[in-house]
Amino acid sequence: MDYVIEMLNIRKEFGNFVANDNITLQLKKGEIHALLGENGAGKSTLMNVLFGLYQPEGGEIRVKGKLVKITNPNIANDLGIGMVHQHFMLVDTFTVTENIILGREITKAGHIDIKKAEQEVRQISERYGLSVDPQAKISDISVGMQQRVEILKTLYRGAEILIFDEPTAVLTPQEIKELIHILKTLIKEGKSIILITHKLKEIMEVADRCTVIRKGKGIGTVNVNETNPNELASLMVGREVVFKTEKKAASPKQDVLEVKDLVVKDVRGVTVVNELNLSVQSGEIVGIAGIDGNGQSELIEAITGLRKSESGSIKVNGKELINHTPRKITESGVGHIPQDRHKHGLVLNFPMGENMVLQSYYKKPFSKHGVLNFKEIYNQARRLIQEFDVRTPSEYALARALSGGNQQKAIIGREIDRDPDLLIAAQPTRGLDVGAIEFIHKRLIEQRDHGKAVLLISFELDEIMNVSDRIAVIFEGKIVAVVNPKETDEQELGLLMAGSNRKEAGADV
Amino acid sequence: MSKRLSSILTPIIAVLLGVIVGTIIMLASGYDPVAAYTALWNGAFGDIYYTGEVIRQVTPYILAGLAVAFAFRVGLFNIGVEGQFLVGWLAAVWVGVSFDLPRIIHLPLAIIASIVAGALWAFIPGLLKARFRVHEVIITIMMNYVALHISNYIIKNVITDHKDKTDMIKDSATLRSEWLQSLTDYSRLHWGILIAIVCCILMWFLLERTTRGFELRSVGFNQHAAHYAGMSVNKNIILSMVISGAFAGLAGAMEGLGTFGYATVNGGFTGVGFDGIAVALLGANTSLGVFFSAILFGALKVGALNMPLEAGVPNELVDIIIALIVFFVASSYIIRVFLDRFTKKGVK
Repeated sequence: MDYVIEMLNIRKEFGNFVANDNITLQLKKGEIHALLGENGAGKSTLMNVLFGLYQPEGGEIRVKGKLVKITNPNIANDLGIGMVHQHFMLVDTFTVTENIILGREITKAGHIDIKKAEQEVRQISERYGLSVDPQAKISDISVGMQQRVEILKTLYRGAEILIFDEPTAVLTPQEIKELIHILKTLIKEGKSIILITHKLKEIMEVADRCTVIRKGKGIGTVNVNETNPNELASLMVGREVVFKTEKKAASPKQDVLEVKDLVVKDVRGVTVVNELNLSVQSGEIVGIAGIDGNGQSELIEAITGLRKSESGSIKVNGKELINHTPRKITESGVGHIPQDRHKHGLVLNFPMGENMVLQSYYKKPFSKHGVLNFKEIYNQARRLIQEFDVRTPSEYALARALSGGNQQKAIIGREIDRDPDLLIAAQPTRGLDVGAIEFIHKRLIEQRDHGKAVLLISFELDEIMNVSDRIAVIFEGKIVAVVNPKETDEQELGLLMAGSNRKEAGADV
Repeated sequence: MSKRLSSILTPIIAVLLGVIVGTIIMLASGYDPVAAYTALWNGAFGDIYYTGEVIRQVTPYILAGLAVAFAFRVGLFNIGVEGQFLVGWLAAVWVGVSFDLPRIIHLPLAIIASIVAGALWAFIPGLLKARFRVHEVIITIMMNYVALHISNYIIKNVITDHKDKTDMIKDSATLRSEWLQSLTDYSRLHWGILIAIVCCILMWFLLERTTRGFELRSVGFNQHAAHYAGMSVNKNIILSMVISGAFAGLAGAMEGLGTFGYATVNGGFTGVGFDGIAVALLGANTSLGVFFSAILFGALKVGALNMPLEAGVPNELVDIIIALIVFFVASSYIIRVFLDRFTKKGVK
């Protein structure tokens, strides 16, 4: 067998915690090999071992059959291993070319020969079908393009084996399609790929084989064409997973959120929400479908008071709340699961306990006469951590120390526990594994069944179709159509999201 | 290695490294390091008088350190402690010389005047930061010069008639204590140290135990999350500067009502406010840390005076050693990396 990489019985411990327990992964030449596992299962640890960032306590690594010791990323580079990180490692103020050659500059008489470098970048990008503008600044290009720059960086360094860490987490559906195409081109050009992901659909679409790990243990390797998403999911989670979230028919009652003629500008002063109308009723989930950048973020920020609105009206339970403070809006019964959990949702340097009372610290019983009652705060934290299955060493651990999925569960627990009449969930499952997604969807539907109004914003059409009772399609700052998920399909939504008119223009907004 | 242990070890190692490099410098320039450090020690703790002087010096250091640390915990860099310190000093002395009141009213009034003056002085950069996003470092530096020259003007032209020094404050406004002085062989030790210790506890309580402190810390770590959670970021920025300035002003009162009992026209900055930055840095911006690092800096400052006398080492060398300690604290990242590496190897 011609394996290009063999990781045999890799064991990695952190103190008493075994992150990788004798995991074996064998990568064939020219294949796309998926590495599947829940958040915190040990995928990243395993790849960091391969990339030389961690030293394993046991096991061996062979590259093209030869035993190697990878003690730092430079050795990995020299062995032809390149990694495309989930969080891009790019210098924003540099051009595409400058980023790609960084550390491997082509110099002529002591200064960088940028012409030649650009030429080389152009050559590689053409060969692999990775269209980029070598002279564009990183800060000016899209996320998808930035990812291509990351890929080019590894190719420029002569990588034969590419590791992709959750590459689709940050991409739009269109960009995902392009990426999948790129992956296939790379294979054609003789590269081998390890794809770290927990998105089963993508594995089924591109991968040849798939190694599953669960809680640090290798569960096995399967051929993708001999399996199905259900089997993969249960291998990963260790139990049956329900994809189609069970739910009763919605029974919407009165309007909870009414948005009328809302106009919001973004940071640059461009009108991005343009006379938008939207209503969400109690007992229903309204999903907002749209391509990123059509005003979704600004709409949520306006509703939650994080951004000033220019004009219009935002009523919650009949009360006008436009341009009120976030505190006032929160107290009027609005819960918000923010899009960016690190930026808005948590104070990463606070213990979990303090994060769990981020909006309610000033209320009884968490404080009295302006003095915090830590006993009550940590009781609350313990209760939420248990109820929402947040896996954390303790309620005293810093939020920073938790995995993304557990951070998200904690935020959701906090927001739901405040029992808001309107729950706004912005990309609540971004970057999470199927187990966590299932859990979160259930909780959202549970809120709905309790007669709450839920507004869901997501770029995942699956999620929108699956969870929503009504789908509002946003395009260029306007709701262009409201459709029933049972009467539509991805095809139609995709067209609406791209701005085409609906045939029956009778869609009632 | 636990985080706690390394956060205690780091400053200690920084101090040791400062001492070691200081030794090398002394050897290179032909002085006897053993004699020099002995003199330093004796100058700080060798005699009860010196110890009294150390405590006296530690008092404004604690408060200046708390001032820097408090702002820092809310994510602000208050370089203006020196200016707030000067206006606090002036305000306390002004009240001290202008009124004739019973001590129970006069002393608190003078202290409150210093707090208000320092707080107001810091309110300006706080407001500018909150309202117009003007960087507080620039404004506070400028405010230092304004404070220096305005207080010189007021001393010369308002409080006195073209003199370089105010009268002594009235006895009813003094922090001095015959008893404390006699206890320490007539050093200038005064009651201020108690105020400083109370302030340490106060800062800890305010930051760690109150809802206000919760907001301040949230803003310090993550303004976006604080905003999301419904806290007023601007209000907390202004408040943190005001409290920081209050500590700084109080530090000025320690000198005005305790150590000196008057205010003088200054040719330049006293340096207490800037030393406060080093104190806060070494103390990792916690009140307990500030307390201990103020003791270290106070002891170095006072003990240094003995080095030229007893060991013939020039005063400037002590400044170099203090600077080295600050340097190593500031580069504590390097120390931490070494500590981590060291312990990792130890485990294997």
